Amino acid sequence: MKTETFSYLPPMTPDQVRKQIHYLLANGWIAGIEFAPPAGISNTYWSWWKLPMFNARTPEEIWAEIEACRAAHPDCYVRLTAYDRSRQAQVMSFVVYRPAA
Amino acid sequence: MAAESSFATWTTVWSDYMVEAERYCARTYDIKPVPGRDDQFIAYIAYPLDLFEEGSLPNLMSSLVGNVFGFKPLRALRLEDVYFPPALLKTFQGPPHGIQVERDRLNKYGRPLLGGTMKPKLGLSAKNYGRLVYEALRGGLDFTKDDENITSQPFMRWRDRAEFVMEAVHKAEAETGERKGHYLNITAGDMEEMYRRAELAKALGSRIVMVDFLVIGFTAFASISKWCRANGILLHAHRAMHSVIDRQPNHGIHWRVLAKWVRIVGADHLHNGTVVGKLEGDRLSTIGINQMLRADYGRTSECPGYHFNQPWLSMPGVFPVASGGIHVWHMPELVSIFGDDTVLQFGGGTVGHPWGSAAGATANRVALEAVIQARNEGRDLLAEGPDILKEAARHSPELRAAMETWKGVSFDYETVDKPVILNP
Repeated sequence: MKTETFSYLPPMTPDQVRKQIHYLLANGWIAGIEFAPPAGISNTYWSWWKLPMFNARTPEEIWAEIEACRAAHPDCYVRLTAYDRSRQAQVMSFVVYRPAA
Repeated sequence: MAAESSFATWTTVWSDYMVEAERYCARTYDIKPVPGRDDQFIAYIAYPLDLFEEGSLPNLMSSLVGNVFGFKPLRALRLEDVYFPPALLKTFQGPPHGIQVERDRLNKYGRPLLGGTMKPKLGLSAKNYGRLVYEALRGGLDFTKDDENITSQPFMRWRDRAEFVMEAVHKAEAETGERKGHYLNITAGDMEEMYRRAELAKALGSRIVMVDFLVIGFTAFASISKWCRANGILLHAHRAMHSVIDRQPNHGIHWRVLAKWVRIVGADHLHNGTVVGKLEGDRLSTIGINQMLRADYGRTSECPGYHFNQPWLSMPGVFPVASGGIHVWHMPELVSIFGDDTVLQFGGGTVGHPWGSAAGATANRVALEAVIQARNEGRDLLAEGPDILKEAARHSPELRAAMETWKGVSFDYETVDKPVILNP
């Protein structure tokens, strides 16, 4: 199964994910983390891992939450999302963790 | 010109005296020479709002691009831009959904959408055509597309195509877990038939339909746009016939004006050239029109070629579609020119892959995602483009084969129509 943006590339290394987070923050966007079991990945709404990180300023803070979400839900897909206040909408989404088949 | 295109006729008539002419007569408020031409001028004409019916582009067109274009005292005439004041703009609803709603409906973020026109244009049976759609979608395209001149010919009737194609779309969605669509061309000989085709597309679960907006005319286009808004179906506008109207530099309507009208009357996608592909389109003009289709405030400084700033007052944006003679090697430049909010369509560049269209689709998708990843990492797409593609091809045999097939294929021709930029 594919999961939209970046799902045709090899899984990103932590360093590559951090670069995408850096891009997100440099654009002034708000990061969010979502997770879903394999059966639910085609749904629009996945479960939120806490609230979007309105106050996060560094890639490290966001990466730590991705790790925490993954540890708490090892059988779920985890994706990173971004919201743009000026466009008032979601602008980014890609899977950062896939559970072992 | 101002008089002919508004209130007056060629002579004064007695009944003119029964109307307050100042209220209805257009005014020429400036005339500037075209740089480098001693026989061409740009006239700036202001029209009273009362001349135009609310929400009717055809009514506005009958004045602005009506009889005046055949007016004998003028050797040639071209409409270069039209400014819509807020009061008039607000009488139109614009795109049925717009860029953001489409992204949310399709669950696709942070990258251009990827499409492909099915080839050959004409002659395939409905079942074989559905196979093409299935292969391209399962390989990784978001959309496939009918060509503009496919409607319901003897070799492939409308209903047969719609049924096979939608089976293909649903199968590809189930296999990939991604949302996909096929632009079913519902262009027909009359409005009643067009509505019937739209209804069938909807009944079969299609997310999107397509029309050739110029050949059906702006009234039919406005009607189908309203239908799409009411029914939650995305609308793809193909611009067949535009070159008849916009290609000559000194006569007709510039494409940038037609494009503006499409945002106002309302499509979700509009073809707007590729810069690098096989079809005519000046680079600066194409960039300017892309911006005007998407921005909430179209500034002339960011929309080269336009003469007026255009506030859009939160009217949704239109996805510009780049289609025609593009392939994987073009990907870095396309992303750099077009940005994220665009549909990149690879027809020959998908179906022409030596291993078939699924592999062609995968090659395009891998190339696109690799380029987006690299851009987000801060790499220079124009300088490092070929390297980015070669790195991605290391883990994608499909991309490797595509790069081998199309290396060195380019379309470097001088543009016929270049924009007049008055204050560069």
